[in-house]
Amino acid sequence: MSLLGEDIVTEDGLFVVNMGPQHPSTHGVLHLKVWLDGETIHKIEPHMGYIHRSIEKMSENLSYRNFIFATSRMDYLAAHINNEACALAVEKGLGIQATPRAKVIRILMGELTRLASHQLWWGCTGLDLGAVSPFFYAFRDREAINDIMEETCGARLTQNYVVPGGVMFDIHPNFQKRTKEAIANFKRNLTDYDKLLTGNVIFENRTKGVGILTKEDAISFGVTGPTARASGLSCDVRKWFPYSGYENVEFDEILATEGDCFARYMCRMAEMRQSVRIIEQLIDNIPEGDFQEKTKAVIKLPKGEFYQRVETPRGELGVFIVSDGAASPYRVKYRSPGFSNLSALSTMAKGGKIGDLVAIMATIDLVIPDIDR
Amino acid sequence: MKTVLTISLSSIAGHIHQWLEKAIGNPTIVYLIDMVLVAVCLLVFLVLLCFFLGWMERKVAAFMQIRLGPNRVGPKGSMQIVADTVKLLFKEGLTPAASDKFLFHLAPMIVVIASMMVCAPLAFAKDFQIFDISIGVLYVSAVSSLGIIGILMAGWSSYNKYSLLGAMRSGAQIVSYELSIGLSLISVVIMVGSLKMSDIVMSQSDGWWIWKGHIPMIISFIIFVVASTAEINRAPFDLTEAEQELTGGFHTEYSGMKFAMFLLSEYINLFVVSAIAATLFLGGWMPLHIGHLQSFNHIMDYIPSSIWFMGKTMFIIFIIMWFRWTFPRLRVDQLLNLEWKYLLPISMVNILLVTLMAIMGWHF
Amino acid sequence: MNKEELKSAITGILPEATFDESGELLNVIVPSSGFLQFMTNLMSKKEFDMNYLYCLTCIDWKDHFMMVYHLLSRNHKHEFVVKVKLENRDQAEIETVCGIWKTAELLEREVFDLFGVTFLHHPDLRRLFLDEDWPGFPLRKDYVDENMIEI
Repeated sequence: MSLLGEDIVTEDGLFVVNMGPQHPSTHGVLHLKVWLDGETIHKIEPHMGYIHRSIEKMSENLSYRNFIFATSRMDYLAAHINNEACALAVEKGLGIQATPRAKVIRILMGELTRLASHQLWWGCTGLDLGAVSPFFYAFRDREAINDIMEETCGARLTQNYVVPGGVMFDIHPNFQKRTKEAIANFKRNLTDYDKLLTGNVIFENRTKGVGILTKEDAISFGVTGPTARASGLSCDVRKWFPYSGYENVEFDEILATEGDCFARYMCRMAEMRQSVRIIEQLIDNIPEGDFQEKTKAVIKLPKGEFYQRVETPRGELGVFIVSDGAASPYRVKYRSPGFSNLSALSTMAKGGKIGDLVAIMATIDLVIPDIDR
Repeated sequence: MKTVLTISLSSIAGHIHQWLEKAIGNPTIVYLIDMVLVAVCLLVFLVLLCFFLGWMERKVAAFMQIRLGPNRVGPKGSMQIVADTVKLLFKEGLTPAASDKFLFHLAPMIVVIASMMVCAPLAFAKDFQIFDISIGVLYVSAVSSLGIIGILMAGWSSYNKYSLLGAMRSGAQIVSYELSIGLSLISVVIMVGSLKMSDIVMSQSDGWWIWKGHIPMIISFIIFVVASTAEINRAPFDLTEAEQELTGGFHTEYSGMKFAMFLLSEYINLFVVSAIAATLFLGGWMPLHIGHLQSFNHIMDYIPSSIWFMGKTMFIIFIIMWFRWTFPRLRVDQLLNLEWKYLLPISMVNILLVTLMAIMGWHF
Repeated sequence: MNKEELKSAITGILPEATFDESGELLNVIVPSSGFLQFMTNLMSKKEFDMNYLYCLTCIDWKDHFMMVYHLLSRNHKHEFVVKVKLENRDQAEIETVCGIWKTAELLEREVFDLFGVTFLHHPDLRRLFLDEDWPGFPLRKDYVDENMIEI
């Protein structure tokens, strides 16, 4: 009865299970090779590349205007923030800055994106832990944000709204009104979120003390975003290296110390409240003026290297552009947050159960196209 | 209590039997025909019931999840489940190349047969029972644990790692929760003094056990509902399927009609455990009577006993569905902890209390 | 530390290091001979404490490879870039930094996969994204794929 061969049980009696690339809780095409001792996880080895499109290579053949939009397909839940990172890097090369109006629009859109991403994450976390209902509640609120995006950007998910020097066109006249409505609704619904999942005794048992990541490991693995902040590592790029005028808005960097799944969960929940706070500060204070700085039709960056980082919902996204003076980048490297966060998975999940692995994957919020690029 | 309705399920069944006796004469053949008729009726009833439960589950889920649920096929989407069944009938039933073919095909049948067998001693209405076996409760607890054999077979024969993990989990789970179910069943048996289903129902003519038995019976009822939810592998105890962990657990490799049979058995099990809970704790087909409110009790008596029985069963089914759509899933070690460290000790102490109550006659 | 202090401190531990300050970040160009010792010092010496390797990549300059390590100190909040020139493109080799920063393991596998740079003493050097039998290294400038369509 051996068709698959010796890979089922190893010599030391470990049971090898391939989770993915077709698996409901890997949220895409991640492939984890898991060595199990009974139900206990002994070792995990991620296999990637199932959705590798070599966006870095593609970017080498695209102009500085076009390569920005390829990045929408990396972290598709934070397409706006990806675009923004590239646009900021190009602006850094050109030595210009976006107009004040564009900057505020970028922050607003970025925070809406973050909210939408965290809402999806919240729904998926519930789903991964076996509670199906949160998913629908999350999608109800996310839908409102997607509608706002659609009205202004013309697209719901891959907005492609940012261009070097500003944004592509001005916001829709309804933008402020609808954003305020959505935010007011969401603030009300956020208490429902807590009632449905946060206080649930099964949920707490499933997440507390599970998948602990120490601060030292978080630094060494290059983990960023809420995953690292739950381990007590201050790493919010919006605070450390403010961009787009984040230095002018008031918000807190959420830190926790436990480093377990529940801490990561609570960090993201608190971050949603901070995003709401940022949006509320800016929604009535969008400065008048141009929404775009004048740039040449063909952008050429001077020779040199430009690194720009932004805070996506998953962590620090870095865009490293190497220019040789031509109209397209010589080399682009995306430092994706998910890639580094994933590398810590094996450390976090070791010794846990299969159910723990699912909880950990849910709370480090993996987006596979972001990892594979 | 005098019979208020002349048309009842038991009288219909009786008339059919008498008519058969007149027409055929030979009691053995009549008996055989009776058995066939009962089997056909039960099958039809259970399949229709599963259609209804499937529809109900979707509507309950939709209600919990702020959406509408099926609303296109048939009135209020009631034919959706029929459409799904037709789809499953026409689907190709895949068999993994390396599977143990005999066990693989046998497993879904065992699961369905085991769950249908439990229906035998259920009192569907007044005097309307397939087989009022004298060891009714014992029979229920014995037969209901047969289904696990089918699940283990399915997991083992699929030749799939996830299926095997699911089957192993289910083995551990059902062996543990069987204990709590048994103990909570025993608490009723101690009170009644009989294992017979009809005796248990009749003993509740002056009040349901959940009221008569004070707090120990309420504890028993809660333990029974929790443990039976675990035994029929429904969320939050659906670790054997655990879609997000094991992609479907023991039935990962099943498709088409064989998959539908697992689904069928899940709903039959859901009905059976709810029916048992209703019979043991909520009075079965007994109408609701409140103390000396004669007129109220009289009105309650007008409602047919079958409606009472189904109503109580549906109420418990709704509670179990409610669990499913609100709770996250437990982890496998937490599941076993819950049973061995909490439910089992509680039910053991509870048994002592119930025995004490029964001896001292403290119940109403 | 600011750029000047960093420069003098780096010269203190590795006199051969040269600097390039044309960009936003300080670039430290290190010869590959003393590279591993230098990186270990950056991590272990308290005045540097470069505990966060946030970007590790390679640039193909057609006649040589340039390994690029972006380093940041979480405690001192200073950052700079370490660069190592790999002259031999056909047999590019460099010491791994896995032992210093755990994140390097996957990042180096990515560079190995897409550039063909061999990392000596890497615990598990395999292709990361592409198949084991993929011909060539896609991010090299001279990579030719027959299926690639030029636009």
